[in-house]
Amino acid sequence: MGFLSFRGGVHPPHFKEATTRLKVEKAKEPAVVTIPLQQHIGAPCEPIVKVGDQVKVGQKIGETSAFVSTPVHSSVSGTVKQIARMLTPTGEAVCIVIESDGLNTVHENVIPKGDISNLSGKEILSIIKDAGIVGMGGAAFPTHVKLSPPPEKKIEEIVLNGAECEPYLTADHRLMLENPDDIIYGLKAMMKVLNVTKAYIGIEDNKPDAIESMKRAVEKESGIQVVGLHTKYPQGAEKQLIYACTKKEVPSGGLPMDVGVVVNNVGTAAAIANVIKTGMPLVERIATITGKGIKDPKNLLIKIGTPFKEIIEQCGGYNGNPGKVIMGGPMMGLAQYTDEIPAIKGTSGILVLSQEEARLPEPKPCIRCGKCVEICPAFIQPLYISAYALQNMHETAEKYNALDCIECGSCSFICPSKRPLLQSIRVSKREIIAKKRKTK
Amino acid sequence: MDNRLIVSSSPHLRADDSINRIMRDVVIALLPATLAGIYFFRMGAVKVILAAIIAAVVTEAVIQKVRKQPVTINDWSAVVTGLLLAFNIPATAPWWLPVIGSIFAIAIVKHTFGGLGHNFMNPALAARAMLLASWPVPMTNWVTPGADAVSTATPLALISGTEAAGQALPSMVDLLIGNVGGCIGETSAILLILGGVYLIFRGVITPRIPVIYISTVAVLTFVLGGGFSLQYMIYQVLAGGLMLGAFYMATDYASSPVTPKGQVIYALGCGILTSIIRLYGGYPEGVSYSILLMNVAAPLIDKYTSPRVFGEVK
Repeated sequence: MGFLSFRGGVHPPHFKEATTRLKVEKAKEPAVVTIPLQQHIGAPCEPIVKVGDQVKVGQKIGETSAFVSTPVHSSVSGTVKQIARMLTPTGEAVCIVIESDGLNTVHENVIPKGDISNLSGKEILSIIKDAGIVGMGGAAFPTHVKLSPPPEKKIEEIVLNGAECEPYLTADHRLMLENPDDIIYGLKAMMKVLNVTKAYIGIEDNKPDAIESMKRAVEKESGIQVVGLHTKYPQGAEKQLIYACTKKEVPSGGLPMDVGVVVNNVGTAAAIANVIKTGMPLVERIATITGKGIKDPKNLLIKIGTPFKEIIEQCGGYNGNPGKVIMGGPMMGLAQYTDEIPAIKGTSGILVLSQEEARLPEPKPCIRCGKCVEICPAFIQPLYISAYALQNMHETAEKYNALDCIECGSCSFICPSKRPLLQSIRVSKREIIAKKRKTK
Repeated sequence: MDNRLIVSSSPHLRADDSINRIMRDVVIALLPATLAGIYFFRMGAVKVILAAIIAAVVTEAVIQKVRKQPVTINDWSAVVTGLLLAFNIPATAPWWLPVIGSIFAIAIVKHTFGGLGHNFMNPALAARAMLLASWPVPMTNWVTPGADAVSTATPLALISGTEAAGQALPSMVDLLIGNVGGCIGETSAILLILGGVYLIFRGVITPRIPVIYISTVAVLTFVLGGGFSLQYMIYQVLAGGLMLGAFYMATDYASSPVTPKGQVIYALGCGILTSIIRLYGGYPEGVSYSILLMNVAAPLIDKYTSPRVFGEVK
């Protein structure tokens, strides 16, 4: 099988062995959940319950009229205890704290929606929106927005992301092995919404069993093709994945829809299947809890709002003193200040690094080895952008195409001088974007 | 939790690579050729190599101490500079010649321009050029390898006919293993290639610069050397400093372009200049001057070879 790929990229160690063969377990029921009203990119939700209200599983507890946003639902049945600003993995946000009654009474609105053959594209789209479904790969972009391209953009194909190129994470891998049919069902629902007949499912070749499993699942489907991808980071980055599967280059500054493609994660597809089949909105997800700092790594099905601390305790607790607690993978994940934060829709994993692994390397001078230029999948020159960023010369950084950076972190990974390349480019990007907003 | 978590911006994973490892790999790659140089030129080579390395390391330490900077002599970069400079000096040179060269390389070429990564020319080559201009006689006092060293000319000087006409050309095998007159480190083509392959294998350098550089010289000397002589071409490729220059000098990170396209242009330029100097110039050898000239052009080449950004619409 010829594996597809993109140009550039790096080969970080996989670190997937610890959990790759472990079946997804259902996590212990949380006694209290803390559900942030902003778990996604876009506008935050307004609470639609009050302190003291009784809520049920799948009940909508927050919503907004903004288009780029998505509602949130309760993951337990119980009583609303508190509505306040609290720390979440992505910063401070208003959260709804619900004490579970342990009964998990399902809300009466949670009923099967029928079959995709009987539902219209519009109906499916509104089901997806109502169910609060977001991109499950980690970025948590509202899925219904992606599935509503402006009429002048003709979408030709969907690319489903099963690359899981982040080291350590195995959540998507397990999903593809254990529930391939839901992924295909959800994909077909999205194909109906966008009225397309062609789709690719891209999977890295370090997961041959997942490729096999998905191939078996699409045997009878005509328009869906499972493609093996060369194992290389960032193979699952949207633009790189589109290039690998279709050889189309998303224009600089553009979106996948500009080349007629919509990309979604396999987890997102499975969540869509779940809401259509059972009516249950997005209230739980699969996450990989792993790393040297975890005693007993696992793939867990966790309820949104469960505290990190509880999840980590279920995995045997910390192995020694933890150095870093990261939501997501080691390349793009977010380091956390504390473990007293809730799991959210974008929690694809909880990675705990030992103190040794977490120690920050001391940056040395740039020796101009050119490795960052050689591997940059966006074909920009990290060494120059970073140098200008560190001198606060953000206009010059912009001339060097800082905004084309996809923040994959390959440059910082490969740098022999351990320079904070992406870290400084990121600062420059924020400055450039902030300035653009101001002048508008 | 009783201890504080480390929080930083992603990525949280770094490759197992460092300046030390890269520089150490260069030293390892140069080791076979170093041993060959010592074998062929005996104590003279040992003296020059030690003087150059010690002077380079001490100069770096003193400058960093004086300027109150962290002393980085254990990153091996000064060792590499000293060793490369020694490779460019004949074994007959007095001990102070490599010492002055190393001080010039480290103090002037490297540190006045900002230290590691900021030298605009290859320090070892710039020092060689300085020594050659200042002390032309001891810098070109070649001897035959072995214990009973007698005066000789370098193979390149012999075929270009600039000196010592009448001496027999060394055989191709001698040229390959380094049993010829010349600087300490530029004689054994095969060991230099071996070290170069090691560097490519370890990911320290890409084959781009050495392969294009050497092929350009091969093609040009074959076509323009008169008579389309294959033997003449092989001679040009194996003799002199081409292997040393192409694998270890032209690939110097700080003074070569960082863009892949830029590296191609740079290597082509090195090859063309080397061939022109060798074939039409007054010097029998042109490697060091061609690399120095292309070093100076590197920033300009980088500027005009910015890669096309992913998805860029021209």
